[in-house]
Amino acid sequence: MLEKGWLGGGNTGRNTTIVRSNYHLDPNAHFYELSLKLWERLSQELNFNVMYSARGVLNLVHSPADMDAAMRRGNAMRLNGIDAKFMTRDEIAQWIPNLDCSADARFPIHGGLLQPRGGTVRHDAVAWGYARAADTLGVDIIQQCAVTGIRTEGGAIAGVETTQGFIATPKLGLAVAGHSGHVAAMAGLKLPIESHVLQAMVSEPVKPVLDTVVTSGAVHFYISQSDKGELVMGGDLDFYNSYAQRGNLPIIEHVVAACLALFPTFGRLKLMRTWGGIMDMTMDGSPIIGKLPVKGLYMTGGWCYGGFKATPASGFCLAHTIAHDAPHALNAAFTLERFAEGRMIDEKGAGPYAWAH
Amino acid sequence: MLLIPCPWCGPRSQIEFTYGGDATVRRPALDASEDEWFRCVYVRDNPMGPHDEWWTHSAGCRQWFVVRRDTRTHEILGSTAPGAAMPQADR
Amino acid sequence: MTQACRLSTGGIVDRAETLAFEFDGARYEGFAGDTLASALLANGVHLVGRSFKYHRPRGILSAGVDEPNALVQLGRGARTEPNVRATTQELYHGLVASSQNRWPSLIFDVGALNNFASRLIPAGFYYKTFMWPPTPKWWLRYEHLIRHAAGMGRAATHPDPDAYEHQYAHCDVLVIGAGPAGLAAARSAARAGARVMVCDENPMLGGSLLGAAATIDGMDGVAWATGVVAELASQADVTLLLRTTAFGCYDGNLVGLVQRIADHLPAAPEWTPRQRLWKVRARSVVLASGAHERGIAYANNDLPGTMLAGSARTYVGRYAVRPGSRAVVFTNNDDAYATALALQGAGIEVAAIVDPRSGATLDGALPSAAREAGLPIFAKSAIVGAHGTLRVAAVDVVPLAGGSAARFDCDLVAVSGGWNPAVHLHSQARGKLRYDETLATFVPDGSPAPIAPVGAANGDGDLAAALTKGHAVGIAAAKRAGFAGNASLRPPHAAVVRTGAPQALWSVRATDKTAKRFVDWQNDVTVDDIALAAREGYRSVEHLKRYTTLGMGTDQGKVSNIVGLALLAKQLGRPIAEVGTTTFRPPYTPVALGAFPGAHAGTHVEPTRYTAMHDWHVAHGARFVNAGLWKRPHSYPRTGETPDDAAAREARNVRANVGVVDVSTLGKIELQGRDVAELLNRVYINRWDTLAVGRCRYGVMLRDDGIVFDDGTTSRLAPSHYLMTTTTVNAVKVLQHLEMLLQTEWPELEVFVTSVTEQWAAAALSGPAARHVLAKVVDIDVSNDALPFLAVAACRVRTAMGPVPARVLRMSYSGELAYEIHVPAERGRAMWNAVIAAGADFGIMPYGTEAMSTLRIEKGHIVVGAEADGRTTAADLGLSGLVSSAKPCIGSRLLSRPALTAPDRWQLVGLVPRDNAPMPRAAKIVADPDHAAPNPMLGHVTSWCRSPSLDSWIALALVANGRARHGQTLWAVSPLADARVRVQVGPPCFIDPTGERLRG
Repeated sequence: MLEKGWLGGGNTGRNTTIVRSNYHLDPNAHFYELSLKLWERLSQELNFNVMYSARGVLNLVHSPADMDAAMRRGNAMRLNGIDAKFMTRDEIAQWIPNLDCSADARFPIHGGLLQPRGGTVRHDAVAWGYARAADTLGVDIIQQCAVTGIRTEGGAIAGVETTQGFIATPKLGLAVAGHSGHVAAMAGLKLPIESHVLQAMVSEPVKPVLDTVVTSGAVHFYISQSDKGELVMGGDLDFYNSYAQRGNLPIIEHVVAACLALFPTFGRLKLMRTWGGIMDMTMDGSPIIGKLPVKGLYMTGGWCYGGFKATPASGFCLAHTIAHDAPHALNAAFTLERFAEGRMIDEKGAGPYAWAH
Repeated sequence: MLLIPCPWCGPRSQIEFTYGGDATVRRPALDASEDEWFRCVYVRDNPMGPHDEWWTHSAGCRQWFVVRRDTRTHEILGSTAPGAAMPQADR
Repeated sequence: MTQACRLSTGGIVDRAETLAFEFDGARYEGFAGDTLASALLANGVHLVGRSFKYHRPRGILSAGVDEPNALVQLGRGARTEPNVRATTQELYHGLVASSQNRWPSLIFDVGALNNFASRLIPAGFYYKTFMWPPTPKWWLRYEHLIRHAAGMGRAATHPDPDAYEHQYAHCDVLVIGAGPAGLAAARSAARAGARVMVCDENPMLGGSLLGAAATIDGMDGVAWATGVVAELASQADVTLLLRTTAFGCYDGNLVGLVQRIADHLPAAPEWTPRQRLWKVRARSVVLASGAHERGIAYANNDLPGTMLAGSARTYVGRYAVRPGSRAVVFTNNDDAYATALALQGAGIEVAAIVDPRSGATLDGALPSAAREAGLPIFAKSAIVGAHGTLRVAAVDVVPLAGGSAARFDCDLVAVSGGWNPAVHLHSQARGKLRYDETLATFVPDGSPAPIAPVGAANGDGDLAAALTKGHAVGIAAAKRAGFAGNASLRPPHAAVVRTGAPQALWSVRATDKTAKRFVDWQNDVTVDDIALAAREGYRSVEHLKRYTTLGMGTDQGKVSNIVGLALLAKQLGRPIAEVGTTTFRPPYTPVALGAFPGAHAGTHVEPTRYTAMHDWHVAHGARFVNAGLWKRPHSYPRTGETPDDAAAREARNVRANVGVVDVSTLGKIELQGRDVAELLNRVYINRWDTLAVGRCRYGVMLRDDGIVFDDGTTSRLAPSHYLMTTTTVNAVKVLQHLEMLLQTEWPELEVFVTSVTEQWAAAALSGPAARHVLAKVVDIDVSNDALPFLAVAACRVRTAMGPVPARVLRMSYSGELAYEIHVPAERGRAMWNAVIAAGADFGIMPYGTEAMSTLRIEKGHIVVGAEADGRTTAADLGLSGLVSSAKPCIGSRLLSRPALTAPDRWQLVGLVPRDNAPMPRAAKIVADPDHAAPNPMLGHVTSWCRSPSLDSWIALALVANGRARHGQTLWAVSPLADARVRVQVGPPCFIDPTGERLRG
C-alpha cells in the first residue's frame, strides 16, 4: 500500500465525517447500504473505535417540490430495505430546538427526510484502524512514497515507479480520489473526472447543541457537532478546478450564512478553522469502481464529495474486483464505460458538468 | 479570493464571474461522430498545473473568455478572448 | 481591599475610570484599559478555569490571543458568548463573566475526578475502548456522556441580536501589526505616498512597545509609537484600524480582517454593527505580526500562577498589575531577564532566575543587567517540578549536570522556552518555513512576493533590527506600487542590544513519573502523550496532532505546537526541520460566525425576488411558496379553506370560467439578429426556420448529453426578433448556455441575446371565457381567426394608468383557451388590475402554482424538475414527435448511446388509482407491494393531484416500458406514509387529448 504523504492525509482526514445510505438510485442505494452495514460492525472488526454514531441524518425540505423529491427518495430507500422516515416541521422543531422552523424564514422548513441509521464516524480512526488491521494481516504500508509513473508491458500493468524506487506488480489498484486523473494519465488514460476544491470548517468547541446531522439542499449546507463539541460544517464546492487543498472566502461566507439562516442562535460562536480537500468530481456525480481499460489496473474513485461514507464498501468492492478481475454485484454498475453507454447514475439529474454534482 | 483578469473590464473579484470548465474542450460539429461528442462532453485532461478554463463575467460585461490558471497554486497566468492567443497576466 | 494587586503607579490604564465587573458571581473593580484577565489579576484572582480533560485548576498563562486556559462565558441572554479569552476581552462597566467546564464551581469541581483516573485516559484512549457491548446503541450511550463532558462554553439560546457589516478596500500597502516593525514600515510607505492600511488586534497601536521599557530615536518607546501613529493618522491616504485582526490570506492577495467595533462595550450602539469584516486587496502586504512565546514542559507546569514570561512583563508594565509577590523566572533565552527586572522594579521579589545556559551565552546585556541588579541566577539549571494545589506554591530547581533539587517558595513562575514567529498568514499565502537552529524556531523562508514578513514575525526579535528592516520593507512595498521612496528618510534607531543565543529546551525530565508535564494546556496533552503517540506509530506531525489533539483547541497550538513537534522529533531521533509543522489554516484567531454573512443574514441570506404583482397577491390572501429565489402564490385560500381546497376551487374555475395566474417568473430572453432561426435550430430539438412572424412554438432544449434540459415557448415577433421563454428555475442557465454557444462555439452567427425576465411582467389568462376577458382589455381583434392558437401579437392593454404596450401569446399550459399577456414590469400591476376587473363578469379568479400544476397534470404537460428530472430523454417523455429529423441539435448525437435507446426505459404514462383511492405522495411503482426488500421498482410518480375535472386522483409517472403497459394495473406505494394503491396505467393526458379546447 503506497501513500504519497502521511497515512489518511488526503480526503480521509479532511471530510465532515457524515455516513449515510439515503440514496435514490438503485446502484447507489445498495452500495452505500452495504457500507453502512459494514460501519455498524467496523469497530469490533478492527478492534479500534471508529465511533460510528447512529445519530441520524436529516435532510430538510423547503418547498413542496423539495418535499416530493425527498419523499420519492425516501420511498425508494424503504423499498430497498433502507431505513427512512419523514418528519413534519413540528416534529423537527421539537427535536432540534435551535433550528429556525418559523414560517417567515427565508427558506422555511416544510419537513424533512430522516435516515435514523445515518450519522457520523471519526474519520482519523478509520484510517488508523484499517491501517493497523491491514498491517496485522501482513500488508506493507509505505508512507511518503509517491507514484511517479506506471509501467506497462504488452498492454498490461508491470509495475510502478515511485519516489522510493520501482515496485513490480501485475495488479495495481488506484484509490487516489482527487489525483485519479493525474495517476491514470501515467497509464495513458483520461477519465471523466475533474478535481475541485471543497472547503469545510469547524467552530470552537461548545457544550452539546446539535445531536444529529442536518443538511439542506435549498441552502447547500450540512452540519453536525463533533464529540469534542465543535460544529462541523460544509457546503458547496468553490466551483473551479483545483489541487491546492484550499479555497477562498466567498464560499465560507455562503456556508456560514446558510448555517445562521437555519440556526440563528449560533451567530456568536466562533469559527476556529477552515481547510480544503481535492474532490474527484465525475460527470454524473457517482463513483467509478472497477476495472480500467489496462489489464491489471483497477480504481476506486470519482467520489465527488461523498467518498468517506463509502469507505468500507469501496474497499470491499475494489478488493473483490482485484481478486477476481471482475466487479462484485454491488460495483458492477459503476464502470468507467457507463458514460459511453449512456448509463449515467445521476442522483441530482445535474448532467455532465463535474462541478454540478 | 481569485482576482480574474477580464480582458475587457480588467481584474475583478471572482464573485463577479461564473466558471465554465476546461476551455481546451471544443464542441465538434453537431453532426460529428458519437465518439467525438463523447470525448468532448465527458473526457477531461484535468491537469495538475496550468489549466486553460472558461470564465464568464456574469455580473459585468457577460463575455466568456479563457483564463490560464495553475490548479496547484491558483496563480493566474493570463487571460484572453475566445480564439485569441494567451497573453501574460499583469503583475 | 479592592484591586489589592494593582501597582500604585505606571501602566497604560485610566485610573480615573473605575469599572465594576462580575466573575463567577463575585464583584470586582478594574480600570479602563484593563482586559478581564488583567483586572482579575489586579484583584488577586488567578484560578480562572479547569482544563478540558483532567479538569485541573488553571490560571492565566498569557496576555494575548495565544491564551489556552482563561476562557470564560461572557455576558448573558442573547449576547452570551462562550470561550472568550479573558486576556483579550477589554473590560467594560458591568461586564459579567463566568468560568467554564466546571461543576459545581471552579474551586470544587467534580470533573477533577478525571485527574485521578488520568492513567486510564491518556491521549487517544477513546480509540481503544468504548467498543463493548458491540452495538451502535451502546456507543450512542457512551457518546452522550462524552459529549456532555466535552465542549467548553455554551451557545446562546436566542438569536444573535447584533448586526455585522462587510467592507471592501483596496490599498497599496497593508501592514498587519503595529508594533515597532509594522509602524516603521507604515511610516516609510506612507511617506513615499502609497495608500497604506494598518491593522492591529489591540485597542491601541504599539504592539510589543506597550508597557515595555524601550528607547527609540532617543525617546520612550510608547512616545515614539504615539508620534508615528499621530503622523499616520494625519495623512489622508492612511487608514488605521484598531481592534482589527487579519485572520486570513487568500488568493490574489486578498486579506480578510475582522474589526471588533463594539466588543469592548456592553452592547453595540444603535445603528452600529458589532463587527465589520474587511476584504482588503493589497498590492503588498507587510506581515509584522510579532511572535508568540512558548513554554517549557516540566512537572505541574500548569498550576495557576504559571505565566509566560513576556506576558508577566506585560501585566506589570502595561496593566500595572502585580501577578505575584514572589517569583521564579525559568528561561532559555535573554528576553525573560527583562521580565525579571520588571518584576523587581514592581516590588516583586525574584527568588531565582533559572536558565539551562551557562558561560558566554549569559553575557548578553539583559542577563548582565540582572546580575548587576542583584537578581539570583542559577545557570545550567532547570525547574524539574512545581508544587501547589489551586496556586503554585513552590518549584524545585535542579542543576542539569546532576545533583539534588533546591526548593524555592513562589507564587508566580514566569516561563520562557523561546519565541515562535507568528508566521500564520505567511504560510496561508503558501510561504515556506525553515527551522533555524540558532534561534531554535521556525522562521519564514523567503517570502512569497508580495507578502513580506518583518520584525519578530521574521525571526528578528531585536528591536534595532525590527525598526531598520521594517523601514526598508515599507519602502520596498511602496515601490512595488510605483511610489519611489524618500531616500533621505532615515530609519528609526534603537540601540543594538548584545544578546546571548537561546538554548533549545523543550521539556525537563520529571522526578515523579506520574507527574504531568503539559505541552498543550487547553487539551491536556502532556510530554508522555507525545511519547505514547510516537510509540504507537503516530510518527508524522499531522498524526501526532490528530491522535493527541495537540494544537486542536481554540488557541490552535500557538503556545504548544512547536514544543510538541520538537518533542516528537526527539522521540523519533529525527531533526526538527524534518518533522516540520502542521498546516496553518485561516482564521488566525477565531472569528464570530456572524461576521461572515455580514448583512446576508436572516431573510437576506439570499435575495428574494418578487413579481410586479406581489402586493396584490399579498392583499388578496395568497399563500406563498419558494420557486428558486422567487416568491410565488401557491393559492389564494378564502376564509375556512385549506390551501389545497383553494387550489381545487381555482382549478375548477379555470376549466369552467376563467382564471389568471402570475407567470412573470418565467425566464424571458430576447434574441435579435440575422441568424436567430439557425441558432434555435441548433439548440432546440424541433425546427424553427419554418416559424412565421406572429407565431410561437413550444420548444425543448437538450443538454450536450442528450438529456432534456429545458422547455419553453419561443415567439417570432418580427423577421429578426424573437422572444424565448424558459422555465423559472433554468432562466439563468439557459441564457448562459446561449451566450456561451454564441461567443465561444458559433461566433459566426449573428445573434444578440438579452435577458428580459425582470423587464416584463406576465400573466396567463385561461379558461373558456378567456377570449371575452381579453377582448375587453386589449385594443386588437382577438377572434379565433385573428389570433389563432399559437399566434403572437403586439397590442395595448387598457389600464387605469392608460394604454400599456403589450405582447399577447396565444398558448396554453392549462389545456384551456389561454393567452399570455406580457407588459413592461412597471405596468404589471396595472395590467393585472385591468384583467381582474374585466373578468369580474365572467367569474374570474386568480390562481396559484398549485392550481396551475393541477391543470397541467390533467393535460399531461411535462415540467422540468418533475417529469424532466435530468435523467429523461425527449423520447421517454413522449416528445419524439417534436424531434426534427432534418437537422441535428445540441445533444442529438449522444442520444444514440445504447442505454438511451433501450426498450425498457422509464417512459411517461398516466396513472389513475382504482376505486377512487387517494394517490400517495411521491409514490414509487411496483408490481407487488408485498415483495420483500429490495422490491424491484418499475418507476415512480412524477406529479400527482386530485383532479377536480375528473373528480379523482391522477398522476403522471415514469414507468419502465410504460407505453407498452397501457391498461395494466400496477401498485403505487409510499412506505413513508404506509400507503399503497392499485393504479391503472394509461396515456399521460386526462383531459381533451385532441386539444379542442385550446384551439377553439
